[in-house]
Amino acid sequence: MKVKAKVKNNITNVRVLAKHPMETGRRVNKESGEKIPAKYIQELTCEYKGKVVFLAQFGTSVSKNPYLAFSFEGGVKGDTLQLRWNDNTGEVDKTDAKIK
Amino acid sequence: MPISRRKFLNMLTIGSAACLTLLTPISAFAAWASDAFNATKIDDAYKTLFGSATIVESDEVKLKVPKIAENGGAVPVSVKTSMKDVESISIFVKDNPNPLTATFLIPAGTIAGASTRIRLAQTSTVTAIIKAGGKLYSKSQEVKVTIGGCGG
Repeated sequence: MKVKAKVKNNITNVRVLAKHPMETGRRVNKESGEKIPAKYIQELTCEYKGKVVFLAQFGTSVSKNPYLAFSFEGGVKGDTLQLRWNDNTGEVDKTDAKIK
Repeated sequence: MPISRRKFLNMLTIGSAACLTLLTPISAFAAWASDAFNATKIDDAYKTLFGSATIVESDEVKLKVPKIAENGGAVPVSVKTSMKDVESISIFVKDNPNPLTATFLIPAGTIAGASTRIRLAQTSTVTAIIKAGGKLYSKSQEVKVTIGGCGG
């Protein structure tokens, strides 16, 4: 997960780019003719100081390598944000990002 | 030492309780709304996510999405509002196989707005619904797609 967090005027802007295929389960492998099983991020959370500041729930209609931007009040330069996603297969990815 | 049946059952209980405690932080906030995400009709998705509450169209919901998308695989969409007490923002694509695309939960202190990229299987209406103060407000816009984003 690539995360960029910047604080300006006491508002922290966060941009996230998660690397994920976001397979819908409807795509067919052209060579074997088999369906590619669904694999997509279901939840992405951002925590700051132990508090969830943003929670996204995704379905299959979100583009692959999902991009997400949001902002929250507060946030101090140098502090750390904890980001985490989990997909429908149980895979989890966590990233810590420093606020700049 | 053989484990008695009672002891084994006790261990199971403790084990599963421990598992549940470990899992709760993920699901405590709100479980992934599987029924709403799996709904194939937009009205069913509304019903499972919001119940029977009426949805009012409002210009206070600022939905930014292109009128024409060359590539339906990645259509930028952003939603924001100046409304107060926003609880959640949801994005729906009416003509996708599963209309509910994403739901964002907005805790207090978080700015009511989000941007992401979504898939459109075909030309469709994109709707953003904001839940604020227990009421629902929506805004829709049609997006013309020249290449679809779902399927082969």
